[in-house]
Parts: sequence; C-alpha cells; structure tokens
Amino acid sequence: MSVPEELYYTAEHEWLSIADDEATARVGITDFAQRALGDVVYVTAPAPGTRVTAGEPCGEVESTKSVSDIYSPADGEVTEVNPEVDDDPGLVNSDPYGAGWLFKIQIDSGELPPGLLSAAEYTAMTEEQDEQ
Amino acid sequence: MPDPHPPAARRTPLAEVHEGLGATMTDFAGWLMPLRYGSETAEHKAVRSAAGLFDLSHMGEISVTGPGAAAALDYALVGEASAIRPGRARYTMICAPDGGVIDDLIVYRLAADEYMIVSNASNYVTVAAELADRAAGGDVTVDDQSERYALIAIQGPASAGILATLTATDLAQVRYYASYPSVVAGVSALLARTGYTGEDGFEIFIDPADATTLWPALAEAGRASGLIPAGLAARDSLRLEAGMPLYGNELSRGVTPYDAGLGRVVKLDKPADFVGKAALAARAEAPPDRVLVGIGGKSRRVPRHGYPVLWDGVPCGEITSGIPSPTLGRPIAMAYVAAAVADAGAAADGRLAVDIRGSAEPAELVPLPFYRRPAG
Repeated sequence: MSVPEELYYTAEHEWLSIADDEATARVGITDFAQRALGDVVYVTAPAPGTRVTAGEPCGEVESTKSVSDIYSPADGEVTEVNPEVDDDPGLVNSDPYGAGWLFKIQIDSGELPPGLLSAAEYTAMTEEQDEQ
Repeated sequence: MPDPHPPAARRTPLAEVHEGLGATMTDFAGWLMPLRYGSETAEHKAVRSAAGLFDLSHMGEISVTGPGAAAALDYALVGEASAIRPGRARYTMICAPDGGVIDDLIVYRLAADEYMIVSNASNYVTVAAELADRAAGGDVTVDDQSERYALIAIQGPASAGILATLTATDLAQVRYYASYPSVVAGVSALLARTGYTGEDGFEIFIDPADATTLWPALAEAGRASGLIPAGLAARDSLRLEAGMPLYGNELSRGVTPYDAGLGRVVKLDKPADFVGKAALAARAEAPPDRVLVGIGGKSRRVPRHGYPVLWDGVPCGEITSGIPSPTLGRPIAMAYVAAAVADAGAAADGRLAVDIRGSAEPAELVPLPFYRRPAG
C-alpha cells in the first residue's frame, strides 16, 4: 500500500499535494481508494471555476462495479482538471499519486486546511479499517 | 469503501487459494468469494481472448433420482426434463403457481433415472425444498448434494486446448450442453460443456477434497495460453455482454420467463401438467406490458441497477443490470421497459435516456445479446 510521505490525506481517501505558496493544491484519490474501487472507467471532476467546500462531494469516480463521491479537501475554487484522466481513466489505478491526479484547487485561506492527515496518520487509519 | 472481511461467510475449498493470490474477497449469497484478483477488466478480456478460471463452488447441486425422476421434474419445472437425452443438459426454470420465477437452473440428465439440477447459490435451499415437495408421492428421491461438490469452471476459446492436456477424454465428444464423466489431472470429475460467459468452456464438478489439486493443475496447464483466475466481477460483466439473466436482477418472483424474453424455456405443449402451467399459458397469450431490453449508453456514465429509464424525460422502466462493457467499449445494460418503448427500435434515438444519479444520459436500444462469440 503506497502512502507517499510528502502528501497530505483526508479521511475520505483523497490526497493533496500542496504547492510551495500553500495557496494551491493538487488533489487525487489514494492507492487504498483505487484498489477498493477497481478499474476506474470515468471521472466526473468539478469544472474549473467551480467553488468547492471542504468535506462536501464535488465529483465522482466511477469504476466497473460502483461509483464513489470525491469530497473536496478544502474550501476554494477549482483551477484545473486533469485532461489525461478524461482520456484514460485507468491512470487513476496505475498512477494515483502522479499522472492520475484529478484536479487543482486555489485554497481560500491560503493556509493548510484543518483536519488533514499526515502519511503516518492516514496509514494508521487505513490499517484500522482493514482490521474491521 | 467495501468491507474486505465480511463476517461469518461460508468458505469454499479454494478460499485460501484466492486469498493467497491476493484476491479481493466479497460476501456473495453468504459465501466468501473472489470478486477480482487484480483488474476485473483484464480478467474479463482474458476470458474473451484466452481463458479464465472460476471457483463456482458456491452453486447448489440437487440430485433427483429414481424411476419417477423424469416425471417428477416434468411436473416441477417448466421444461421437459423427460425429453433430455442422458448425457445432455438444458437451461430451464422452476416457477411458482402464479408463473413467477423461483430460480433459473441447468438440468443435467446423467442417466435415464438420474438428474442433477444446478441452482443459484442464493436459491438452492429453497429449490431443493420445492422439488422435494413437488416430487412427494413419486418413486423419486430429491437430495441436496451441494456439500458434496466443488465446481471449477474454465471458460474462453483456449479452454478445450488447456483441458485436453489434463484428461484422456476426447473433448470433441463432449458437445455444447453435454456432460461426461472423466478424470482430469488424476481427479474424478463430471465435465459439463456449459457456462455463463458466452464463450466455449467447461464446468467441472468434483469432490471438494480435490479442488486444491485440480485448480493449480489447470492454472499451470493454462499459464502459457494466457489462462488467469477470474472473479465474480468478471463473471457478471461476461454474462451481461452475452445477454444472460441474473437471478435477483432480471429474474425474480415478480417476473415470468416470458417477461424476461425466455418464453422458449416454457414447454406449454409437453403432455404433463406442471406447476405454473395455467398462469404461464395465460401469460403467453396476453400482450406483455413490459419487456426486457438491451440498452447501450451514449455517454460514458454507466446505467446501474434500479436507475429509471426515460422516454421523452418520463420514466418508462428500470435498469436491471449495467456495466461498462470491456468488449464493446461503451456502457451496456438490461432494463424492463414499457412494451411500446421496447418496440421503438431506431425511433428511440434522441428520446430514450437513463436517469444516472439525477442526470438524463442519452441511450439507445440494442438487440440482445450484446456479444456473440465468433463462429468456428
């Protein structure tokens, strides 16, 4: 199970990569999430310009057997959507932290959103879920 | 996210093998079954192009034996079991007196007085009880023998070639929907040339103690040909492409075989009376008010079980099953719709849609089956 150290995580199995200025973040779903979903066939990401709210559903990841909501990890505005994932949704499975990124947000406050998990905290959370 | 360890589900003799292969396990009808081993799309494609290996030990096997077996089944089932030649099998159904489907079945006639009924995992306890009830008073024994069988299936164009390396049986003699007692990889087995994928293949009935011998033998024999293990997710997408119904989705107590487009299994003309005959005869005469159809999605979002089908924006039916089709490269689904919609053909263009989580996604009618295996 891959959980890169340098990223931040949410309880809903998204990851954030915070840019140096801490005002923008790249968002995707984790390796844990893509394994649970199975082969991704379609991603409905929020369009550029959309206002998103932390903890609220803002899109969907559809796999062969199911559909899961994507929750916004922060308050802000979507600036960009990954065009590669639209052409090849399988990137979410094969490279969830790299080429399978989903969208970018301009974060409102310019600060790290509260409630984010570190890699260690996220790993601990998934291990607890596995044992249930 | 799906629970990876459902509590208290029954284990097949191959559960540890699946876990050792890293399968994502799921509870299906109270059984711990492999949903997928890696990519269910890869498993599906392997069955269409090479072969897939399936653990189907959760299915039920009910023996019906004795001089009165044929007559008992002619009465209990909608098909004509007495007309099946020994060594052959037929797809059929067991219906309630009102014509509602209790289960869809494959009936294997092993000998003149010996039948084996294969029933869905979710239904076989009910089916065994119904058969025993309907056979009461006849010179026949009905016995739920599900515990005495494990079932491994190999499905795909490479199946016969792979299986041939493990058995002295001449597989050319085992025709489609025939069964044959055999020895495979040293294991006593009943071979059946049946399946739920739309491909050539074999379902192999064995003693549960032999499952952990046969599975690796098949896996190894098929490795060079591209055989891989395939789970229930692939099983479902394969059968849907092949236009085959799933009990619980397309079939239920609330529908008759005619509603599902499977009136061919009801032998109204057989001499015997049978359970459901009057209701089914009436249903066969009446124009249907709803019909099972194939639907092709025109966007990339997938119609799912329970989603409304729309005609000019107004609900006219409901999706029973839907998947993204790996073979067709588009979403496909089956649905019960109003008979007028089912007859629309190309006129459905621009008017037919599926309500996918609040959004009306355009769709079209597609004749079933979506996929037929290439001839030859």
